[in-house]
Amino acid sequence: MALSASQLNVGDSYSEQIVDDLTRTQIVQYAGASGDYNPVHTDEKFVTEVAGYPTVFAHGMLTMGMTGRMVTNYVGDGRLTYYGVRFTSQVWPGDTLTAKAEVADIRDEDGQKLVDLTITTTNQDDRPVLTGQATARLDD
Amino acid sequence: MAVERFPVEASHILMFARSIGDTNPIYSDPEYAAGTEVGSIIAPPTFAQSSAQFDPDYFLRPKPDKKWFGSGRTASGTLVRDLSEADGDDVADEREDDKQSGAAAGGLHAEQHFTYHRHLKPGDVLHTVTYDGERWEKQSKRAGILKFSEAVTEYRDEDDELVITAKGVGVVTEKVIDN
Repeated sequence: MALSASQLNVGDSYSEQIVDDLTRTQIVQYAGASGDYNPVHTDEKFVTEVAGYPTVFAHGMLTMGMTGRMVTNYVGDGRLTYYGVRFTSQVWPGDTLTAKAEVADIRDEDGQKLVDLTITTTNQDDRPVLTGQATARLDD
Repeated sequence: MAVERFPVEASHILMFARSIGDTNPIYSDPEYAAGTEVGSIIAPPTFAQSSAQFDPDYFLRPKPDKKWFGSGRTASGTLVRDLSEADGDDVADEREDDKQSGAAAGGLHAEQHFTYHRHLKPGDVLHTVTYDGERWEKQSKRAGILKFSEAVTEYRDEDDELVITAKGVGVVTEKVIDN
């Protein structure tokens, strides 16, 4: 279901828990589907002994993908015209993430109503791991 | 980096949606999708990134005839020197240098942006053109000097119509960031 401009206000928000206790297996699943096999995400020996991290960590794009699910659940399928993020902190196995979208603006472009959203995904310690924006087409 | 042929396939969309934990039937059920506004299965918003599967030279995929930088017999197939050929201190120093530079991780993904001209669906056959964008440096307390570089990728369909414009920003850090 798409959102209607007439029923939406600046400051409205929507949030979802997008993962509870992220598993290494899900990170492997994402590596396989996306084709990004960087061993920092899946190879404990490499990442601890060579790259110098405490353990493997999620692809930024996995966090963006899971956050995108919250966004499309809010704005409806096929409605996005823009989705962009910054990765602000790493996501580790065991993390529980919550993604939130807040209405920053409702506007009109060539007769099409659009909503601009501010997006933040935080971990269990309330640390933001992703911040971004999205724009979606609205019904009138 | 250019991908000459990126066929968008239903099974790939299904696997991708599963990997991000998205059970929305718009990504897997053609009958459900036929009754929606979009009218067919579409791909999740970040799916375009998996065009890497169709880049023959993609550097983050192991290739049968090449050494891989992940672990096998040793912690890295390319980065760790053979201990028998050097004295231990040198090897330790080299490894410490790798850690400090963060280079062993091949850089990190700092930003990603997608502009959708339309959404992808099974049957689309895309090709991509990538060009370099801006480069800049920033000083950070946590990670030393950060070197950013931008790459813009255009995803075009068989009629050469622009479907998605993607902008990625990569960063190489001076020191490892481990929170």
